[in-house]
Amino acid sequence: MNRAAVLLAGLLGLLLLLPLVASNYLLSVATLILFFAYTGQAWNVMMGFAGQLSLGHSLYVGVAGYAAAGLFFHYGIGPWAGLWLAILLCVLLGLLIGFLAFRFSISGVYFALLTIAFAEFTRIGFDHIDWLGGPGGLFIKVAQRDKMDLLNFRGPPAMYYYVMLALAAGAFAACYFLLRSRAGYYWQAIRENEEAAQALGINTFRWKMLAVALSAGMTAVAGVFYAFYYNNLFPEQIFNISRSIEIILGPIIGGVGTLFGPILGAAVLTLLADGITELLAAMGWEVPGIKQVFYGLVLLLVVMFLPNGIWPAVAKRIGVSR
Amino acid sequence: MNRRDFNKAAAAAATAAAFSPLNVRAQAQKLKVGVLLPRSGVQGLIGQSCQKGADLAPGVIRDLLGVDIELMNADTETNVDTARTRAERLIQEGAHVLVGPFDSGAAGAIAQVCEQRGVPFVINIAAAPQITEQGYKFTFRNFPTSVDLVRNGLALIRDLFQVTNSAPRSAVFMHVNDTFGQANAKAIGAILPTLNYLPFKIVDTIAYDPAAKDLTVEVSKAKATNADFLLLVCRLNDAIILRREMVKQRWNPMGIIGPGNPGMYQSQFYQTLGKLSEYCISNVPWYDPKAELTRRIEKAFDKQNPKDKLMFYALDVGYTFEAIMIAADAYRRARATDPKALTEAIRQTDIKQRMMLGGAIRFNAKGQVEGNASACIQNLNLRPTVVLPVAAAEAKPVFPSPDYKKA
Amino acid sequence: MPFDLVVNVTIAGVLTGMVYGLMALGLSVIFGVVRVVNFAHGEMMTIAMYAAVTLYAAFKLDPFLAAVPIAACFFALGYAMQAGLINPFITRPEHSQFMLMVAVAIIMVNGLLISFGPDARNVQLDYQLESWAAGPILFDKPRVYAAAMALATSAALFAFFRYTLTGKAIRACADNHLGAQVVGLDVKHLYALTFGLGSACVAIAGCMLILIVDVTPNLGPAYTLLAFVIVIVGGLGSLTGALIGGVLIGLSEALAGLFIQPSAKSMVGFALLILVLLFRPQGLVGRKQ
Repeated sequence: MNRAAVLLAGLLGLLLLLPLVASNYLLSVATLILFFAYTGQAWNVMMGFAGQLSLGHSLYVGVAGYAAAGLFFHYGIGPWAGLWLAILLCVLLGLLIGFLAFRFSISGVYFALLTIAFAEFTRIGFDHIDWLGGPGGLFIKVAQRDKMDLLNFRGPPAMYYYVMLALAAGAFAACYFLLRSRAGYYWQAIRENEEAAQALGINTFRWKMLAVALSAGMTAVAGVFYAFYYNNLFPEQIFNISRSIEIILGPIIGGVGTLFGPILGAAVLTLLADGITELLAAMGWEVPGIKQVFYGLVLLLVVMFLPNGIWPAVAKRIGVSR
Repeated sequence: MNRRDFNKAAAAAATAAAFSPLNVRAQAQKLKVGVLLPRSGVQGLIGQSCQKGADLAPGVIRDLLGVDIELMNADTETNVDTARTRAERLIQEGAHVLVGPFDSGAAGAIAQVCEQRGVPFVINIAAAPQITEQGYKFTFRNFPTSVDLVRNGLALIRDLFQVTNSAPRSAVFMHVNDTFGQANAKAIGAILPTLNYLPFKIVDTIAYDPAAKDLTVEVSKAKATNADFLLLVCRLNDAIILRREMVKQRWNPMGIIGPGNPGMYQSQFYQTLGKLSEYCISNVPWYDPKAELTRRIEKAFDKQNPKDKLMFYALDVGYTFEAIMIAADAYRRARATDPKALTEAIRQTDIKQRMMLGGAIRFNAKGQVEGNASACIQNLNLRPTVVLPVAAAEAKPVFPSPDYKKA
Repeated sequence: MPFDLVVNVTIAGVLTGMVYGLMALGLSVIFGVVRVVNFAHGEMMTIAMYAAVTLYAAFKLDPFLAAVPIAACFFALGYAMQAGLINPFITRPEHSQFMLMVAVAIIMVNGLLISFGPDARNVQLDYQLESWAAGPILFDKPRVYAAAMALATSAALFAFFRYTLTGKAIRACADNHLGAQVVGLDVKHLYALTFGLGSACVAIAGCMLILIVDVTPNLGPAYTLLAFVIVIVGGLGSLTGALIGGVLIGLSEALAGLFIQPSAKSMVGFALLILVLLFRPQGLVGRKQ
């Protein structure tokens, strides 16, 4: 365990110092990795803790993003205030979906499809909400970029990087302590065998709802970040099922239910995507679409041969069993 | 040779050297132009179309301006995140100016990156008005906003009716419900009531899903309005589906007019529909078929794409080329690749010899070119034909369509 | 609202729905028996459509006829895919299955992009734009043919599962996996057979769909989603369920488009899915498990 702590501290140190040495490009890549590490961690709470496969997590990113952006655009309410409304809305949504699912005993593939249906329904719905820009998109006015305005969440790339780093580290720490708490044991019990857990007297409904609400709320924060980082939102892009898939790629490849899985998965996938592009460019194979073919092949191989994700294999190698 | 002749020759040589575009000393460095386009993903077709314009640019620009440029191509994959990181990457690899990206979402992301890094960004095609309303100092757009597109398009409709002596009373307005379609619909909603020179009223507005493969209901509704003609804001795939559905449902209005959108003039439209593509009208920015630069580009295009014709890629190739030309022209005047100098030079752009229809290329305070004009393009003989404005016309417009059957 | 408009839209909705049903048939067969979440369903159909386009371009072969060899190929490919690639994943958690098929889908879509380019492709047959008219009421020819094919394929499948030994064996596997093994059925082979059959259905659906829709590399995902919605609304493992689900979705979308807003018509399918999941998860025609 000590070894893990040391390695973790080392990694954190490296990440803290990154903006000092990295180019803006590398920083933007790193921010993206941390974004997916964070959302992956949030998704992992629902999947790894409560065993529910959500394929519609883009719903929370989108609703939160639009809520905060809408408040800012129409009323000038800053992101730190809008954040609370965003979290509230997403938690309510999550609870609704959870309630519908658990009350009516929907699980597995059916639950996954339910989440997809909600996300798609919302996507088309938002295309018709003119107050939020409709399909034309919602553009937030971008202020000075060289000054750091933490209140309105505007500033240099380094600021966004550190905020995302704080979020990702915070999520990691939160999940760590949650797993070790009573809640964590209940969740693991439910995940392994729900009926047995119920037989032991655990109110599985309540704990599953808690996991769903937590997951939704955490993802909401990412949504608000997204809105103020990119400064424009389109329903077609933010609620899209491909975004939901992007969110879950990290944890599944990294290792579902593990703490470090989402982070490792996000890092590996982002670097892989960029790496393949560079490699193909160097080899002169600039055929559109070929990068995605290689990307898909790697995904396929990982899923086939590392069914528990990359992290468990790596953990064994570096002597950190968890 | 005696001394007088030698002096004359020397003077001539010196003069030639002074006025020669190849002032090698000041421009030993090439201008690195980062080209961001969606070459894969949903917009792959149009991105690759634009790329053709980029590919032929270095050669033409060398002949025209005597400037050497090096293209750095990147694929945005029709994904905003990718556009952002690719833009960062290009700047890191030394791009002096960025050009692209065809899509408004990606344009927004890239504009922010460029604003951050102080690198100029010249947009080739993107119609969302907000992009030049954000107060960016480094983003320039040589393309009409959706508001301009609609205004020009509606004016051309007036000209069309005048020239053909027709006066349709009613129109049904169908539009694709995506970023572009909605912006156009809003613009039409705002502008049309204020115009008193158009004789028709819009009797119904039908929005449809861009991803829909089945537009039976939409066409049925439109046909049931008994409108004189169809005002259509569409994209390529839905344009094809709609046209087919109109044939199946035996609906033959006076005509189909696109007030400022892609679709009906793209090569796929002709290839897929054949004769059925005839007489469709699109009022879009176009190249001046009589301009000298157009001829040059056409020659270069034919050499690079022997199996294709420039007219099917007019918009995409034209505006992409002009964006790169703006960058090269600024470089020629600035004589430096320093981003601040380049940006200032771009701001002072005043190019009169251009390919696309419209006034000179000049940027207003917001970085927007205001003079871009549209032409009335009608599908005649399976090719896009300029029928208006009369000065640039290649043929006379046909309206109403010969198949028109009064309901 | 004029009467003939409503009638025309209703007929169009029903016919389109039957085409959707045909598309979902393959998924119903696979999902109902093997229980694997095939998120590459739409992509497989897209490949079949490209195959039909290629055969037409090369031999001017009508997709109706091309459906035979293409279905045969897909049967073999489906069999191979299940036996070789997917079989180990049946016992794995859903997210692994999902990830596997997502990876396969990514490879398929971009493979198609590389092979065929981003242009939309289609076949050009004489009867494609024709319709039969009964006064103001119109019947779209290609859709009628496709609907007829849907019925024929369902009937054939139904007969297979009801009356042949292999069909019964497959149903046994679906009903009771362990029991089937105990009785001595070669479950692995039967699963592969089912996947092959489902793939052949998908191929036929693709050949019919190309008469109505142009194919692009990105066509798949929307149809995958639609197929899942139909299968769940109609009822898992039920052939009639797939057709009924398809018709229901097609009809409700058409009517919603007519009376509300065409651009919002896709919402209906998802709303229906949510309602069915909540109140009748076995689907409209499915049996309670």
